[in-house]
Formats: sequence, structure tokens, C-alpha cells
Amino acid sequence: MAAKVETLETVDSVTGDYKYGFVTDIESEMAPRGLGEDTVRFISEKKREPGWLLEWRLRAYRAWTKMSAPEWANVHYPPIDYQDIYYYAAPKKKGGPKSLDEVDPELLRTYERLGIPIREREALAGIAVDAVFDSVSVATTFRGKLAEMGVIFSSMSEAVHEQPELVRKYLGSVVPYSDNFDATLNSAVFSDGTFVYVPPGVRCPMELSTYFRINAAKTGQFERTLIIADAGSYVSYLEGCTAPMRDENQLHAAVVELVALDDAEIKYSTVQNWYPGDKNGKGGIYNFVTKRGACRGRNSKISWTQVETGSAITWKYPSCILQGDNSVGEFYSVAVTNNRQQADTGTKMIHIGRNTRSRIISKGISTGHGQNTYRGLVRVLAGAEGAHNYTQCDSLLIGDKCGAHTVPYIEVKNPTARVEHEATTSKISDDQLFYCRQRGLNAEDSVTLIVNGFCRQVLQQLPMEFAVEAQKLLGVSLEGSVG
Amino acid sequence: MPDSVRRRNADGAGSLTTTDIAASYKRQFAASRAGLPGAGLRWLNDLRDDAIERFALTGLPTQRLEDWKYTNLTPFAKTQFNLATAAPARIDRERIERFLLRGVPHHQLVFIDGRYDASLSQLGTMPAGLVIRSLAAILDEGGEEFAEHFPRVGVNRDQAFAALNTAFMADGAFIRVGRGVCVEEPIHLLFVTSGATATATQPRIFVIAEAGCALTLLQTYADVGTDETSSLTNAVTEISAAPGAIVRDYKLQREGTGAFHIATTAVRLGSDAVYDSFALAVGARLCRNEIHAVLDGGGIGCRLKGAHLLRGRQHADTTTVIDHARAGSRSEEDYKCVLDDAARSVFQGRIIVRPDAQKTDARQMNRNLLLSRQAQADSKPELRIEADDVKCSHGATIGELDANSVFYLRTRGIDEKAARNLLIEGFIGELVDEVHVGSVQVHLRQAMWSWLSRSRA
Repeated sequence: MAAKVETLETVDSVTGDYKYGFVTDIESEMAPRGLGEDTVRFISEKKREPGWLLEWRLRAYRAWTKMSAPEWANVHYPPIDYQDIYYYAAPKKKGGPKSLDEVDPELLRTYERLGIPIREREALAGIAVDAVFDSVSVATTFRGKLAEMGVIFSSMSEAVHEQPELVRKYLGSVVPYSDNFDATLNSAVFSDGTFVYVPPGVRCPMELSTYFRINAAKTGQFERTLIIADAGSYVSYLEGCTAPMRDENQLHAAVVELVALDDAEIKYSTVQNWYPGDKNGKGGIYNFVTKRGACRGRNSKISWTQVETGSAITWKYPSCILQGDNSVGEFYSVAVTNNRQQADTGTKMIHIGRNTRSRIISKGISTGHGQNTYRGLVRVLAGAEGAHNYTQCDSLLIGDKCGAHTVPYIEVKNPTARVEHEATTSKISDDQLFYCRQRGLNAEDSVTLIVNGFCRQVLQQLPMEFAVEAQKLLGVSLEGSVG
Repeated sequence: MPDSVRRRNADGAGSLTTTDIAASYKRQFAASRAGLPGAGLRWLNDLRDDAIERFALTGLPTQRLEDWKYTNLTPFAKTQFNLATAAPARIDRERIERFLLRGVPHHQLVFIDGRYDASLSQLGTMPAGLVIRSLAAILDEGGEEFAEHFPRVGVNRDQAFAALNTAFMADGAFIRVGRGVCVEEPIHLLFVTSGATATATQPRIFVIAEAGCALTLLQTYADVGTDETSSLTNAVTEISAAPGAIVRDYKLQREGTGAFHIATTAVRLGSDAVYDSFALAVGARLCRNEIHAVLDGGGIGCRLKGAHLLRGRQHADTTTVIDHARAGSRSEEDYKCVLDDAARSVFQGRIIVRPDAQKTDARQMNRNLLLSRQAQADSKPELRIEADDVKCSHGATIGELDANSVFYLRTRGIDEKAARNLLIEGFIGELVDEVHVGSVQVHLRQAMWSWLSRSRA
């Protein structure tokens, strides 16, 4: 009971509109606007990358020029002018920061306002943070402590120099450079991101976290995350995102690759709160992200948890390729669309190995003029003896101008497989509301409470600190949806 | 995933023949147009011309189209069908005896190679207000009734196979039930293909149910040729049910395993109408049942049910769209499939709830039983919901026979084959049980038993 009261208080404390919409006034160094081979070379040169990586980027760029943007999703937006975007923006600095003290204090203040414990002394929460500001990583905490255990947690650009073999071996091995339109664009121009390697048998002692922030105007953010969990290891990783309020739309096209070897487990949690645009759908982030994990080893496990409250358009399908025997894939998702937000999200579970299991729990909430689509694929290949999938997609509609859509694809080629899919669509019932109101809660608090209950199965999967934040976000996202 | 991409690319290469087919069908149309029923009617000619142009524009559907994602028409494209119906063969009554409905009085219309055969047909008791006629006869007489009712349902005119049917339709049934008339005897439409190679029949069935009437329709599709004969049935059924009408629409498809069977059904329902359908399919090499139902009123009950029993290399595709256009209606869907050998089944079910269709209650279920290692089932249940006060659910399951159930029966002294058959019969049988007319139930069950008797030990 106390916890609930606390939740409601925190919801109350949030003042409503998007509170991360401020802009940090900081000098940026940018690549010339537009995209061409020069841009790719510029980025690569800026980061003093080895030749093979430049080659890889250029291959991706050339492939991209031959591709066209996919149109099958249930999202609608004007065509993006890819020549009107800055592909690289970095806070200006003289040489790389050697310690946190050298990081621009303006930046640190920004992250403080965002509530990120970037300074180690503040990081009692025990979360190691890699903060990515526009295109580059600005600070990574707790590295020393992690290094003692052999865990590598660094920005992607550092990893390219410090761990070239690992990066070269795994980069693009889950999401090939020519995978899809946005992933290919990312492969050509990705600027930074996070690299994690957990050595065999190590249980990563703390939650690893990246905070993404888009600050500069007219920039796209293209980060690339690569996480490798070696045999028998475990890692939990969190990402969070915010951006200033601007009238124009900004593109975020990231790629996340996860590799889990024998007996390894990766838990990947996202709380996505990019700027969603205003009430009339002006501005906001286009969140077109490719996330994929490969359970390469036996008994490996990858678990995706996402709370998607932000972005004008969310379009992503965190997926699991279950190659190893007995491997497990999980997908827990809450997607909220309010005002003019659109979301087309879901997952793909590809069962290849024997006795592979997957579980999909998706909760979609639509309100205002929001359009929310669950789109998912469960594929059981002929060799996936004894595979088992359970899917549950629930949609909650608040108001009569919004839409909820469910489009699951189920393909089974093995008779021993068990595939179950369930979906329901409902609204908050008058009885539920009445009950809460009669206990003295106002309409808005009641809805938040009921929605939190609706999402509980997913929120439970989040690490504690994030769960609280996610609940707050849900409250904010739903504001104005009743009454 | 790369293999699916490759597969799709391979189809893309086959799309060349799609254009060839369109051209060839157009030529056949030009040559046979003058001989089609109602050839003297200007409005009908315009309709047919428009339809063949629409077909030529889209060509044969490919797997690039979302609606045909899982059904590959390449084998279809390899056969050159004679679309213009030649003079139908003469078939003796004995040869079709086993396809007839038995037990109760009923109306029986027999079509041989798509053309109405009066000598094999007989109508039962005709209450006032009931019209059952061959479509060819109506068109030859000037087609006024047809022209009057044609726009009432409106199958999607851009749908390739429906367009092809409109261009070539030569015969079929025209059924109109007057206001408040209850037709007690089932109306059995039996379509028999004689078995000449590459025959194509394109029957068209119209059902106009006026307010408050009731009727039961049974369609049986069969052939008397050898199993391997490659033939095409491209049927279109259009049903318009006025407020309060009750239409029961049952179907048995037991064509040979060389046949291609494509059936498109368009249903438009008024307030408080009831539409109850069940389709059992055991035949055809490739079978596609496509149903579009528009629930244009409140208080409607729409039930779409069906079962496929497949083996060998058979492929069956059930595609349904239920469109809740107004508030306060109910729909219920349940499709089941039993797959042996290398058979494949596809289910694509879409439920649309329009912004005004509050208080909609829609349920959808798809269950598949895989009996062999090579069998494959693809399922795509889909909800598109634009109203908030609705109850919608869908479910899909794919799995094998429960080993415990088989074991239980074995402990009771039932041999393996019988035990498996018993379980399959139970799986499908619960849907057959819901068929309202006893004689139709028996008709369907016999086809099911005959399929089961050929199953492996």
C-alpha cells in the first residue's frame, strides 16, 4: 500500500509536460550538413578509425544509396530529407577527457538535470553509466572497478582502438551492414555508442547503463551498441534517452547487437523517453531502431524489456535469434502512444536450436490520437525440436480517437513445437474507475493506477530504479487522457 | 530469415509469367466474349470488359502482396487453363450419387463443369417469395433481376480472382428469398468437374436474403476425374442479408489433389442479421477460401468457421476479413487445420473495428494440428481497432497430437491409428457439431471419415 502511495506522489511531483525539453548551450563541432561518402570519411577520420572500419562504413553507405525506405509499417510521416541532417555533432573539446573533472561542467550539469548519477560520488545506486551526448560518448563511470573483473565497458570509439579484434569479430555479426534501410544508414555513419564485453564466468557486479541525449538541432543520432556475454557470464544493461523540445523532427536510427555465448545471459532494458512532439504532433523524434540479439550458445538467454513512452514515431522490433539448444528469448514491452504519437513495435523470435523457448508479453496503451501497433514474428524452423513460444499482447484504449492494432505472424515448421498466442483489447472499465474514485482518487490518478496494474508484468522485469522511473513516465505520458 | 528473402526473390523472377498469364487470359476473353451468357447486354459487357482490364492490371497475385504472403501461385501459373467453358460433359447420375445430400427433402442444383444441368437438378417445395435459378438463364433473359441486385454486395472489384470471375462468369446460382420467408429445405449447389485436363469453371453465386427471411445453403465442390487432373475452380459468392435475415452457408470442398480451388465470398449484413458459415475442405492441391464480411448494423451475429484436412503436398489458405462498421455487433471465428505429410496451411484473419463500432465483441481462433515432421502451418491473426469500448481477442495455437491422450486411448485397447483418428475427429468434430442441419452434418462428416480412413497407421 505504501509503495502505491509513494508512486502516486512521484507521479504528482512530475509537473506534466515534457520536463527534459531544455537545450544545453554548448559549443558543438559538427560535420557539414548532408550525407555523402565525404561525410562517412569525415566521421571515420574524426575518430581516427582503422582502414577496415572505414571500408565497412563505405560498403554500407553504397548499399544504402541503392535502398529505399520501407513503407509497410503502420506509421505515417512525411519523407525524410537525408541531406538536411547533421550526421555528426560533438561537444567541442580539446583532446579527450582523462577523468570526469575534465568534462565540461555544462555537460555534467545537463546530466544532473536529467537525474543521471554521472559523478561517481553520486553513483551510490551502483550503476555504471556511459553518457552519450549527441553523437559522442562524453563520460563513462566505474570503468576501473569493472576492469578489475575483466569487464570491458567503454564507448564504441574507444573500443575500436582498444579492443580491435573483438569489435572486428562481432560488429555486424548480428545485424549485418546491409540488414535494412535504417540499420544500413547507421552502419555508414554511426558515431559512437557503447561496447560491453563480459569475460567467461563473470557475473557483472553492477547494472551497466547508457544515457542518450540528443541536444544539437537538426542532428540525427546514430549510435551503435555491441554487447558480448562470453560463456557463463551475466550482464544487465539499461538505456535511457531524452531530447530537447524542437519543432522539427529528428531522426534516431540506432543499432544494438547482443551476442550471448554458452550459458550466458543478457538482460537489456530500455526506458525510451525521446521528445514525443507537442499535442498537435509537431516535432518529436523518429525512433527507427534495429535491435537484435543472438543466443549463439547452449542455454543462453536474452531478455529485452522496453518501456516506450516517448518519440513521435517508435518503430522497432527487438529480436532474438535462438540458435543454441535450450536457449531462451524474452520480450517484455510497454508502449504508450498519446496525442499524435505512433508506435509500430514488437519482436521477432526465430527458433533454430532444439528446446528453445520464447516468451512475449506486450502491453500497448493508446490514448489521444495515438496509434499503437504490435507486430511480431514467431518462426520455428524445422530443426527446432520441442520449441515453445508463448505470446500475450494486450491493448488498452483510452478515448475513442485512438487505435490499437495487433499483427502477429506465426510460422511453424516443426510438429513438436508449441506455439500459443493470445491477444485482448479492452478499455478501462467504468467499474474500475468508479472503485478508485470512490476511494478518493481523482480521475487522473485512478487511470495511472490502473495502467500501472495493466503493465505490472512488464514493469516487474525492470531493475528497481528504472521501474520507479518508468512508472513516473507512464503517469506523465497519460496526462490529459481523461477528464 | 535470409531464406525467406531468397524465396521471395525467386517469386519475383516468376512474375514475368504473371504478365504472360494476364495477356493470355485477355486473349481468351476476347475470343470467347461473344459466347458468354448475356453477351447481348451492353451493361454486362461493360462490366466484363472492366473486370478483365482490372485483372490485367494486377495480374496474378504474388507473395509480395501482404494478402498472399504465404501462398505461392507459381504452380498455378504453370498450367494453361481454358477459361472459356466448352460444352459441358454429360455425366450420369450414378457418378455423382455419392456427392448428393441424403435424408431430407431439399433443393438440388447440379452444375457440370460450371454449367447448370437441369436433368440432374430438382427443386423441392417452393414457398412464395423464393427464387432459385441458374444465373445463365437469368442473363440470357436480359438479366434484369441480376442487374438490380448486383451492386448490393459488391465483392472487391480489384481482387484479381474475383475480377477474373466477373469477366468469365458463365453460370451459377441466383437465389432470392423474399421478406419474412423461411426456406425450410436446404439448397444444395453441387459443382462437379468432369475431369478434362485444364478445365476452368468460374461459378458465381448470388444470395439475396430479404428482411427477416431464413435459408440454408450448401455448396459441394467435387470432381469425377482422376486425382491428378489439373483443373481450376474460381468461385465467387456474394451474399446480401437484409436486417433480421438468417443465412446459413455451408461448404464442402472435396476436389481431386490436382485441382486449384479459389473461392471468394463477400457478405454484407444488415442489423440483427445472422450469418453462420462453415467450410470443410479435404481436397485440392491448392485451396484458398477468402471471406470478406461487412457488418453494417447493430445486433449482427457473424460466425465464420472452417476446417481443413490435408495431406501429401496440399496447400490450404484461409483468409478472412471481418469489418465491424457499426456499433454493437458480434463476430466469432474458429478455423482448424489438420496437416499430415508435407501439407501446408495458412490462416490470415483480420478483424477491423471502425471508429464508430463501439460495443463490438469479436473473437477469433486458429488452431493447427501437425501430424508430420514436414507439415507447416503459418498463422497471422490480425486486429485493427479504432474504437475504445470493444471486446476483441484472438488466439492461435500450433502443435502436435497430445501424446498423453493417445496413450490413454491405447491403454483402453484402442490401436494407434484408431486412437489418433478419434482425437482428430474430436478436434474437427466439435465444429461440425455446430452445423444446424442434421443432413448437412452427415454430408460433411462422411467426407471427414473418408479422409480419416486413408490416414496412415
